Amino acid sequence: MIKQTTYLSHSYGKPNSWTLSAYESAGGYRGVRKALALTREGVIEEAKKAHVRGRGGAGFDCGTKWSFMPKESKKPHYLVVNADEGEPGTFKDRSIMEMNPHSLIEGCIIGCYGIGAHACYIYVRDELHLSKARLWGAIREAKAKGYLGNNPFGKDYPVELYVHSGAGAYICGEETALLNSLEGRRGEPRLKPPFPAQYGAFGCPSTVNNVETLAIMASAFDMGCDEFSKLSELHPFNDGGARLFGVSGHVNRPGIYEAAVGLTLRELIYDLGGGVLQGRSILGVIPGGSSCPVHLPDELPTLPPDPRYDAYRGKSILDIPLGVDTFRSAGSMLGTCCAMVLSDAVDPVLALHNVMRFYRHESCGQCTPCREGCGWIERILNKVVEGKATIDELDRVHEIASNITGNTICAFGDGAAQPALAFIKRYRKHFEDYIVNGGKSQTRRLTV
Amino acid sequence: MAFALSAEAEQKLNEIMARYPNKMAACIPALHLCQEANDNWVSDDVIEFVAQRLELGTAHVKGVVTFYTLFNQKRPGKHQLWVCHTLSCAMRGAEDILHHCEKRLGVHVGGTSPDGKVTLRTAECLAACGTAPVIQVDKTYYENLSIADVDRILDGLVKGA
Ligand SMILES: Cc1cc2nc3c(=O)[nH]c(=O)nc-3n(C[C@H](O)[C@H](O)[C@H](O)COP(=O)(O)O)c2cc1C
Ligand code: FES
Repeated sequence: MIKQTTYLSHSYGKPNSWTLSAYESAGGYRGVRKALALTREGVIEEAKKAHVRGRGGAGFDCGTKWSFMPKESKKPHYLVVNADEGEPGTFKDRSIMEMNPHSLIEGCIIGCYGIGAHACYIYVRDELHLSKARLWGAIREAKAKGYLGNNPFGKDYPVELYVHSGAGAYICGEETALLNSLEGRRGEPRLKPPFPAQYGAFGCPSTVNNVETLAIMASAFDMGCDEFSKLSELHPFNDGGARLFGVSGHVNRPGIYEAAVGLTLRELIYDLGGGVLQGRSILGVIPGGSSCPVHLPDELPTLPPDPRYDAYRGKSILDIPLGVDTFRSAGSMLGTCCAMVLSDAVDPVLALHNVMRFYRHESCGQCTPCREGCGWIERILNKVVEGKATIDELDRVHEIASNITGNTICAFGDGAAQPALAFIKRYRKHFEDYIVNGGKSQTRRLTV
Repeated sequence: MAFALSAEAEQKLNEIMARYPNKMAACIPALHLCQEANDNWVSDDVIEFVAQRLELGTAHVKGVVTFYTLFNQKRPGKHQLWVCHTLSCAMRGAEDILHHCEKRLGVHVGGTSPDGKVTLRTAECLAACGTAPVIQVDKTYYENLSIADVDRILDGLVKGA
C-alpha cells in the first residue's frame, strides 16, 4: 500500500520554499531543538531508533555510523555531507538542496552534535550552482537567527557549516575520494582501514553522510525516532521511516515522490510515475542508479527462509518492497532508490553501451582491473554495436567484469561490473543478435 | 603575462581559505575562482599563482587540475554548453539534441563554434534525470527540453554579445 509522505517534499513547488520563514512555518527547526536538549550519547541512542538507512546508496544505518565516532579525542571531529549526487538516474538530493535546504542545515546541526563535530563541510558537485547558492543562503539566514555559530538555539555548542564545491568527477561521491577532494587533492579513493571515523577529513575523525540521510533526521527527531521508524513497512527489517523515490526514463510522470519505506517498484512506476510511455510494456527496471543490476519485470527472486519474507514469496521483483535488505536478499541492490525504467522500445545493447561508456569515462584509474577492465568492456561493446564482435568477445565481457568485482580499492569497480553482468545475463539473445545478424531484429534506439 | 586576481577576488580567496584548517583544502575552490577570472580556463600562470598562494607544489596543483573535468586546460568559447547523454537523458532524446547542437553550431562535441561563442560538450548524469533531457549552459540548467527549446536557447547564445 502506498503511504505518501511530505516530510522533505512539503515545500516542493511552492514559492520561496527555500527560505527560513517558509521552513519554520511548516514546522522546521523543531527536531534540532529536541536533539540539543539531549546529551550527545542520547542523540545517538535516539538516532539509532529511527533506523534511517544511509540514503547515499550503501544503506548503512545512520545512528550506528554516528556511534563509531570516538567519544573523546584530541583532534577535532568533522561532519562531511555527500552532495556529489552523480549516480546515473539519481536526482533526489538536488531537490532537497534547491527546494528545502533548511532541512539539510537542521540535519547537519543534529549530526554535528551527535558526532562531536563543530564544523561541517557540504561537498556539492560543481554543476549544482543553484543548490550551492540556496545552501549558502540558508546558512546565512540560520546564522543571522542564531541557529548556527557559537550558540545554536542558545546551546553552548558552536557549529559552523560550509559549502564546498567539487569540480566534475563522479568518483568523488565515493566517501574517501570525497575526503581527498575536500582536502584539495585528486579525488582518488583511499584504502580502508583506516575508516573515516578514525582518520577522515584532514586526518581527523569524520562522518560522511548523504544529503537525504541528514535532512530526514530532522523530521525523525521532531516526530520521535521510534515512531518515525514505524512509518515503514520494513520496520521489522530495521529499515525505517520515509524516503524520496525517484523514477526516470520511459514513464509518463518522471520525478521525485516521497513515501514511507515499503513502496514497491510497481507502485512507483504505475501509480506514482503514471505508467509506461505509450502504454508500452517494461523491458527492464534498474532500481536505484546504474550501478544496480537491471531486472526483468516478471523476475521471481528467491528469498531467504526468514519468516519476515513470507509475505513476499512468489512475488515479482516489482512487488517486493524497496528496502536495503529486501533488495539485497532478492539478489538486487536498492542503491539510491531512484529507478530507471526501460520500455520495450529500448535496445538493451545500446543501453549497456551507454552505461559502460559512463564507467569507462569516470574510472579514476587507480586500480588496474577497473581502469583497464572498463575500457576493454566499452571497446568490446563498441564492436558489438558495430556488428563486428564475436561470441567469444561477448563471453570475455563476463570474464573481465568478474575480474573487476572485489579487486579494487573502492566499490566503483563492483558498480561498473554489475550492470555489465546483469544486462548480458538477462538480454543475452539481444547481444547475440547483434553478433549473428548485425542487430537487425533490435530496435536500435533508446527512445520511444 | 603573470596571472593576478582583482582586489575583490583576492578578498574572496581569503574568505575561502579561512574556511579550512589548512591551505591545501582551498585548492579546488581557488582554482574555480581563478578559472572564472581567467576567461574560464586554467593556464600555467593560474597554476603557478594558486601554487604560490596556497604554498603547494605546482605539480600538486597541476595534478588536481588534470583530474577534474571542469577545469579547462584550454580556453573555451564565451559560453559552455553541456548536453547530458547518460542513460535517462539518452532515453528521452539526448542524442537528437546533441546532433542538433552540432549541426546548428557547426562543431563536433568538444569543439567551439567558429564565432568563438559556444563550446559544445557532453556531460555525464547531471542529477536531473526526472526532467530529462537536460542541458547546462554556463551555470544554468535547462530541463524537459524539446528541439524547439534548444533552438531558442542557441539563438540567445549566438545573438548575444
Ligand atoms: C563510486 C561511488 C559513488 C558514490 N556516489 C555517491 C554520491 O554521489 N552521493 C552519496 O551520497 N553517496 C555516494 N556514494 C556512497 C558513499 O561512498 C557513502 O556510502 C555515502 O555517502 C554515505 O552516506 P550515507 O551513509 O548517509 O548514505 C558513492 C559510492 C561509490 C562507491
Ligand atoms: S541522465 Fe541526464 S541528468 Fe541524469
